[in-house]
Amino acid sequence: MMEHEVELLKLIEKNANLSVDKLAKLMGKKPAEIEEMIAHLEEKKAILGYSTLIDWAKVANEEEVTAMVDVKVTPARGVGFDKVAERIYRFPEVKAVYLMSGAYDLSVSVRGNTMMEIGRFISEKLSTLESVLSTTTHFVLKKYKHDGIILEDEDDDDKRIVVSP
Amino acid sequence: MNQYLSKQVADLKPSGIRKFFDLAAQMDDVISLGVGEPDFVTPWTFIEQSFHALEQGYTSYTENAGMIELREQISGYLQKHYALDYQPDDQVIVTVGASQAIDLALRTIVNPGDEVIVVEPSFVAYVPAISLAGGTPVTIQTKAEDAFKLKPEQIEEAITPNTKAIMLCNPNNPTGTFLTKDELEPLAAVIEKHDLIVLSDEIYAELTYDENYTSFPSIARMKERTILISGFSKAFAMTGWRLGYATGPAELISAMVKIHQYTMMCAPTMAQHAALEALKNGRQSLQDMVDSYKQRRNFIVSSLNEIGLDCPNPGGAFYAFPSIQATGLTSAEFAEELLQEEQVAVVPGDVFGANGEGYIRCSYATSLKQLDEAMERMKRFVTKRLEKAPVHAEASN
Ligand SMILES: Cc1ncc(COP(=O)(O)O)c(C=O)c1O
Repeated sequence: MMEHEVELLKLIEKNANLSVDKLAKLMGKKPAEIEEMIAHLEEKKAILGYSTLIDWAKVANEEEVTAMVDVKVTPARGVGFDKVAERIYRFPEVKAVYLMSGAYDLSVSVRGNTMMEIGRFISEKLSTLESVLSTTTHFVLKKYKHDGIILEDEDDDDKRIVVSP
Repeated sequence: MNQYLSKQVADLKPSGIRKFFDLAAQMDDVISLGVGEPDFVTPWTFIEQSFHALEQGYTSYTENAGMIELREQISGYLQKHYALDYQPDDQVIVTVGASQAIDLALRTIVNPGDEVIVVEPSFVAYVPAISLAGGTPVTIQTKAEDAFKLKPEQIEEAITPNTKAIMLCNPNNPTGTFLTKDELEPLAAVIEKHDLIVLSDEIYAELTYDENYTSFPSIARMKERTILISGFSKAFAMTGWRLGYATGPAELISAMVKIHQYTMMCAPTMAQHAALEALKNGRQSLQDMVDSYKQRRNFIVSSLNEIGLDCPNPGGAFYAFPSIQATGLTSAEFAEELLQEEQVAVVPGDVFGANGEGYIRCSYATSLKQLDEAMERMKRFVTKRLEKAPVHAEASN
């Protein structure tokens, strides 16, 4: 991948809201060149989507619960963990699935409106899958930082004096 | 009480920046492009390392010249990045900011009546620091048509039998001008011919965006006549820690240590620990900040030119220095009216020297969001002025 593609990706990874014009100015390129780069990166699926990081705790009546579930599975012959991972990640409640080293195999992040809802999903759907041997569920109590962003950064105003040498 | 002031202090001119600061500080909702320091908070690992040192009880003085581990790191860093060879034990001194290094260096070499050359537009502290050291500042005015680059003939013209030294600042505050090796070498030739000492302020050396940096003492035969001055404020976002350093010939550095031991004892210990971490593990943080400054430079320079303020691309530091002549205003008028009307603070160019008149300094060490808003506001301001002063606009285009 070319250097300026990496630069572009880093910029929009931090802020997907930057306009093409602004990206062009920041990178010292023409808007058309940026559009072309983005199209190319989307086509080869280096860019998979543009999402917004929302603190749902701040939105009334929209509180949500997240659980991290450690899942032990029996890998299937020939396809290893991929087949069972797919069975799991196709559920819309599942927000992330990672294959892990260590004491368990898959780390599954599940989101729902209530603990009950998540509990039901795990007992009825997840743990009943044929190749799932066991699950251990950890509920998230508070989010401090997500994907590099600090959620409650109360004191981030500029502390510099207005004019200095 | 004024009769009690020393003549030297009474004669010092108040800083033009100070005046502007007082004005801006009274206003709300100001977007400041007037700040000469990074907008980034010091990288967390440096802060955390300083906490750790404090917890361990490192709360006492260090050696006068600074902790030997830190001097070793500085020496290694200069070797690695600038091919400079300085001995940690007698060619490096850790100071309270580059500011103190400048003061110490001047007091070390200046006798009453000695002239020291300053290249304007320049950092505001050089001229007063020379006067306070008992020297006579002699200024050179670089030209806008040379992109404010110092020319060897200009040094020749400024030299008298009393010339002792020259202050260089590369990249330059306030212009962002960056001199390459090819541009420094002819200056070195004149400096050698006239046997001058060089105080080379390289505090912005890490903040260069297009070409490789050449440290002045790495030029042939310059090391023995150069005091290199730098620090952690800009590159590592550590202004408030007050930590800098100087390197140079052992005789000069040990003379600086002599003044330092009587007037300062040592640089702050907790800051020295943070700086040690910066040099050991700070490269990625530094690189991330440099990448971001470069993008913002590209952004502000193209925005200023779009607005109608002619702005060449500065090679380093975090300042853009656009011409405001098309508006028909003086630098001071421009800065004051912009502040009053649009609440954007910039620094009028004339505070950095007479040839800064007609220019303003815009610091781009500010978040993109703020920069963007500042450019919108400046656009409104400038458009009105250009409509009013079409003659000026045409004359300067
Ligand atoms: C050119 C130049 N030299 C030195 C300094 C002083 O830096 P320090 O914080 O290390 O004293 C500054 C700060 O604005 C500067 O711009």
